[in-house]
Amino acid sequence: MKTQRTVAVCAAAITALLWSAAPALAQIDANSARYIAANCANCHGTQGTAQGAMPSLAGRQKSDLASQIRAFRDGTRPATLMHQIAKGYSDVQIDAIAEHFARQPAAR
Amino acid sequence: MNTRNFTRRDLLKLAAAGVAIGTLPACATIGGRSGGKVVVVGGGWGGATAAKYLRLWSGGRIDVTLVEPNRSFVSCPISNLVLGGSKTIEELTTSYDGLRKHGVNVVHDTVTVIDADKKQVRLASGGALPFDRAVVSPGIEFMYERVKGMTLADAETIPHAWKAGAQTVLLRRQLDVIPDGGVVVISVPLAPYRCPPGPYERACQIAHYLKARKPKSKLIVLDANPDVTSKGPLFKSVWKQDYAGIIDYQSNMAVTEVDVKGKRFITNLGDTINGDVLNFIPQQRAANIARDSGLITANDRWCEVNWLTLESIKVPNVHVLGDATMSAPVMPKSGHMANQHGKAVAAAIVELMNGRTPSPPMMANTCYSFVDDKNAIHVASVHHWVPEKKTMEVVKGAGGVSGQDRSQWMLEGQYAWGWAQTVWADMLA
Repeated sequence: MKTQRTVAVCAAAITALLWSAAPALAQIDANSARYIAANCANCHGTQGTAQGAMPSLAGRQKSDLASQIRAFRDGTRPATLMHQIAKGYSDVQIDAIAEHFARQPAAR
Repeated sequence: MNTRNFTRRDLLKLAAAGVAIGTLPACATIGGRSGGKVVVVGGGWGGATAAKYLRLWSGGRIDVTLVEPNRSFVSCPISNLVLGGSKTIEELTTSYDGLRKHGVNVVHDTVTVIDADKKQVRLASGGALPFDRAVVSPGIEFMYERVKGMTLADAETIPHAWKAGAQTVLLRRQLDVIPDGGVVVISVPLAPYRCPPGPYERACQIAHYLKARKPKSKLIVLDANPDVTSKGPLFKSVWKQDYAGIIDYQSNMAVTEVDVKGKRFITNLGDTINGDVLNFIPQQRAANIARDSGLITANDRWCEVNWLTLESIKVPNVHVLGDATMSAPVMPKSGHMANQHGKAVAAAIVELMNGRTPSPPMMANTCYSFVDDKNAIHVASVHHWVPEKKTMEVVKGAGGVSGQDRSQWMLEGQYAWGWAQTVWADMLA
């Protein structure tokens, strides 16, 4: 069954890709993670490097990013706007966003 | 949350069961071959974003051509500050060269029709571009047929300034030459229209200019809507505190006729309002290319899409973005939102071209409005896919507007300008 074998090879390739790209993302695959993170890119930059007064996220610790977003969401860190945006995202999504930006090269 | 929780274990299970994960040609893309052709029609907030992210997220494997008549991008957001005098149109203008660096084939031409049967777009210059999928981000057309006495040609005298560029500069020049004691009149269309807070930000910017330079002048805002459609309490408090005696806001005043030569508006109530400068913002619909390609499906005005992929509900393989869409409930027609549409469509097309199911869309919106040259206020919202309703809705509990505490508005002004620079780079750099 040539087709089945090809499928298996393809599946293995995709699996390898996912493993290498996202070893710690248990619940959101890598493509979904980069897409959800791109929700943030309007203000924080395509790879998490922002311009002007907007804070950059690229290359920061995952745990720090995730806890800051949760602090906005829970109201423990005051903000002009982020407390309103952060409430739109689940814990799983927040972790995926934090993981994504932690992987990007830090702004120079 | 509605994020599809697809794990590696699921993938292995599927593979073990012999389920075809991705079609065979799609599998081949992993090896680096071409991943299909996308033509993007329109290089505004939605189209430019889609073109860039299709290249980024396909690892350069999707062939992307962007067709845009204008040689450079001029931002509508922030363009009211040109009227207020704190920014120039050059500061809002960006070249398309950044997209070329991502491998986008940028073609400066006009699309005459998108032929979904032949899978090609035809160009005004005579050529045609084949596609596997088309992304159409056409923007808006003005419905001058809904007002008596005026056509688009008269916008050279009575600007809309609702597409940034020459029109913005024209309105600014008209403001420059009116005498102290002059009257400016803005006509705000009935919602839905592009950029809900835009007319009210414009009122602030024009009033800011008049207050500083021509303080005896007046600004009359004739709003066809029953009330300010966005950030109402905030705008009204600014008008009262900062622009009392300058701004005269009148709700439920729809301009039904324009006397171009006599420089006056006539309203639904029969009132006549004269002005030294008239700014008529017409009602809007999806642009002509959407109509001519059969994409308009709602009220002869807007294009309905399947929000999972932004594909037209009527024309297969053609995706529609931005202001031209029939908005999901409470989803604003904003540049920021069009950018988020661009990312949603790019993510969906990359998955579709690999034979996979796209993950449900998630979008955030932020609209800043400057109330003078330094201070800004915002409205924000987060939108997610609701499977049982097959549309996008706001995430309950998320979103909101600026507080009334004005001490924060200076900081918001700094963020607003940072937002503009960052989002322009997100689209075009």
